[in-house]
Amino acid sequence: MTVTVDTTAAAALALGDDALVLSHRLGEWAGHAPVLEEEVALANIALDLLGQARVLLSMAGDEDELAYLREERAFRNLQLVEQPNGDFAHTIARQLYFSAYQQLLYAGLAAGDGPFAPLAAKAVKEVAYHRDHAEQWTLRLGDGTDVSHDRMQRACDALWRFTGEMFQPVNGVDADWAGMETAWLESVGEVLRRATLTVPEGPRTGAWAAGAGRQGLHTEPFGRMLAEMQHLHRSHPGASW
Amino acid sequence: MSTTDWPLWEVFVRSRRGLAHTHAGSLHAPDAELALRNARDLYTRRGEGVSIWVVPSSAITASSPDEKDPFFEPSADKPYRHPTFYEIPEGVKHL
Amino acid sequence: MATAATRDTAGTTAYGTPDATGDTTAYQRAFDAAVAADDRIEPRDWMPDAYRATLVRQIAQHAHSEIIGMQPEANWITRAPSLRRKAILMAKVQDEAGHGLYLYSAAETLGVSRDELLDKLHSGRQKYSSIFNYPTLTWADVGAIGWLVDGAAITNQVPLCRCSYGPYARAMVRICKEESFHQRQGYELLLALSRGTPEQHAMAQDAVDRWWWPSLMMFGPPDDASQHSAQSMAWKIKRHSNDELRQRFVDICVPQAESLGLTLPDPDLKWNEERGHHDFGPIDWTEFWDVLKGNGPCNEQRITQRRRAHDEGAWVREAAAAHAAKHHGEARHTGQTGAARA
Repeated sequence: MTVTVDTTAAAALALGDDALVLSHRLGEWAGHAPVLEEEVALANIALDLLGQARVLLSMAGDEDELAYLREERAFRNLQLVEQPNGDFAHTIARQLYFSAYQQLLYAGLAAGDGPFAPLAAKAVKEVAYHRDHAEQWTLRLGDGTDVSHDRMQRACDALWRFTGEMFQPVNGVDADWAGMETAWLESVGEVLRRATLTVPEGPRTGAWAAGAGRQGLHTEPFGRMLAEMQHLHRSHPGASW
Repeated sequence: MSTTDWPLWEVFVRSRRGLAHTHAGSLHAPDAELALRNARDLYTRRGEGVSIWVVPSSAITASSPDEKDPFFEPSADKPYRHPTFYEIPEGVKHL
Repeated sequence: MATAATRDTAGTTAYGTPDATGDTTAYQRAFDAAVAADDRIEPRDWMPDAYRATLVRQIAQHAHSEIIGMQPEANWITRAPSLRRKAILMAKVQDEAGHGLYLYSAAETLGVSRDELLDKLHSGRQKYSSIFNYPTLTWADVGAIGWLVDGAAITNQVPLCRCSYGPYARAMVRICKEESFHQRQGYELLLALSRGTPEQHAMAQDAVDRWWWPSLMMFGPPDDASQHSAQSMAWKIKRHSNDELRQRFVDICVPQAESLGLTLPDPDLKWNEERGHHDFGPIDWTEFWDVLKGNGPCNEQRITQRRRAHDEGAWVREAAAAHAAKHHGEARHTGQTGAARA
């Protein structure tokens, strides 16, 4: 398959937007985490993702122009990563779903020789840690108190509908999407079961539920997130910071 | 509030291979696994380490400052344990 | 022999305390001699009660300042105008959480728990630095905090690396090392604004105008009105007087402001050849005491957010504790928990 520069740029945008948007959401936790040690942990993950985003967006153009001057419909991130933080359980469920996906994706890309191999080789170590962090907390919240079990189950159920979209092939990203999905279901299912949680049964594909973020169709909270993220940059056209 | 009191852990970091682990500080964690991860996030975020130990603070046995004299002073008057105690004629090598 | 090398959370009743006669003379002499010789006092050494109390108060206040201090800057993380600035700001706010942790740990070596200290912060029985009761109204405030607030903090903190209490001094060494980037990023941020568009320049000047005087107040009341200073100096917890450090800070800032192309909002500021220092105008201590009493623009907001984060996190902390209790002794990843093999 011949991969043109444009295809690579579009693919970089999709992966870069995932990292950018999730990093932003995690950044919203600063000063609000349940315990100080977790302030440090969440910030580490956010910084890893922001680093990935900057490399990826730079493959597609100017990182700041892309981050700050695109309209909502031009963003290519998954709907999963734009979902609001909710309580700590929602944040952990989002982390578990996404980091398990990112780990599979980057492991595959790092093993190949495509344009994303160098980034993936570095990022796969970072996301392995993100996944471990999410797994540890899923186990503790799922198998902690009755309250935490219920919250964690609700969070897993609520975000489940956004997980099908992750395995929609991205043009320009050389991956075994179907194989990744099988592996993802297996590994996430295993963590949830160990955490005494029920693997959600709701739909993961179809209609608005999935397959939209990559095409530029987002959920309501995303517009507000972008408004906040972009307003200062847009208020001073052409300025350097 | 006792259910939310996480125990205290002491953190030891090996800064690079070939060096011993040294005490870096402490933190709170509910269990050893999270203690290890918290230690990684807190004490090695600028690349300060290649290996970490965490030990529950309550598991450490220490000498007491009151026993300082009997513990440590007797070793101060045994200079023959140090190489500088011995006089060797000038010119003798590899000794 | 005793348990717990690094701390004795039961207090000091068991070790390093005088015998039944209660005679502390010998201990006091040993303590005084250690301080005089610039030796460090370590957690399990005997120390006067007032020395311990002063340290707990000061270290706790310092730790509280770090974590409350996250708020005014975190206020801009989601609006940082470039990805580079966003990464820097996140790393800085993260450092502050880390520094809070180092300091709470140092305080814990004195026999108080972090929960106790947080409880005192949340109920207003312990204070944090008043500077964080001022709002961050524009992006330039992030720069002004880095340059002026962190600059003042560093001026205060560098001498603390030689503080007589070992754990506090060691925490400060680590903190000062990590904080060296905080001030520089603030200065660089302001420089970019100052040399930017007229709107950006005005934003930078406005921020410096608002943060200059509160920064000078960070050194505490004048020496003649400072209630704890003399004793703290004698104990070598403190190495320089408030006014001394304040003067040092002013002298450092004047040329830095010039290089920034910004002015400091003090008409009386001028070089005094005779003193070899800059003279500066009178500080509004009424404002200082007023903010300290809780009447600053953000006192209520800061402590409310802090309490809410703590309360809303309670179920998470409880869950992890419950999980640990259920699985106590179970080593799932033996390779990782078996430290001796690492």
